[in-house]
Amino acid sequence: MEKSMAVNSLQPGTWVDLYADYLYNYAMARVNDSEVAKDLVQETFFAGLKSAVNYKGDASERTWLIAILKRKVIDYYRKINSIKGQAEVRMQYNPNSDSEGDWLEEQVADPYSTIETNRLENEELGLAIQECISKLPKKQSRVFTMKTIQGIGTEEICNELGINPSNLWVMIHRARTALMGCLNENWFK
Amino acid sequence: MISCEEAAIICNKAQYSEASLGDKLKLRLHTLICKACKIYVKKNTRLSTLCRKAPLHSLTETDKDAIRQRLDKFQG
Repeated sequence: MEKSMAVNSLQPGTWVDLYADYLYNYAMARVNDSEVAKDLVQETFFAGLKSAVNYKGDASERTWLIAILKRKVIDYYRKINSIKGQAEVRMQYNPNSDSEGDWLEEQVADPYSTIETNRLENEELGLAIQECISKLPKKQSRVFTMKTIQGIGTEEICNELGINPSNLWVMIHRARTALMGCLNENWFK
Repeated sequence: MISCEEAAIICNKAQYSEASLGDKLKLRLHTLICKACKIYVKKNTRLSTLCRKAPLHSLTETDKDAIRQRLDKFQG
């Protein structure tokens, strides 16, 4: 009884529309290879279907799928490491330098560097934007994604979706207005 | 003078560099007297900056269709 209810609360039919791009962004940040990322997203959906009975409904569908994807990413790195043999860690003392900075402690990255924080912040921003896009009506999210993320021209989008340019701009207008409302105020400071 | 709806459409076109010079001028004049649209332009421009800054990726519709089909087949 409980199990069948849990299955009912998952809606695999909507997964691709709602979560594919979100999961894809998450995967791209970790594997940085579009083909691998695409495969990982697909495997995540399959694993989700297989273990749907274990879904307890205490996390959102998206959080649950991300948890599966995280494991898939780990599996992926385990696999490529075992193919290569073993992960190697090599210490490299700088042979060209006779300065006093030879100790590893003196060669670690600048702890005050903002590059890493920026990278994390931008990834967080990317996921926040994707989450908001997934809340848009399907057609709006499609037009917005094609125009903004894929950079496809107005005419081409109109041809593909069978709409005219004024339809397109109205949809873009609605999508952008909704996104401005959906994205946390912090991003607009 | 253009309406706020027209101003918004021009502002959106401008985010994709598809507004004509004349349109942009009209928008500029409009925002001189319309505070609401001035705020809208500012927020919309900020949204464009955010979208550029974030590493956004998306699967193509073809990719998504392929995944949908495989999932359907899997479910039987």
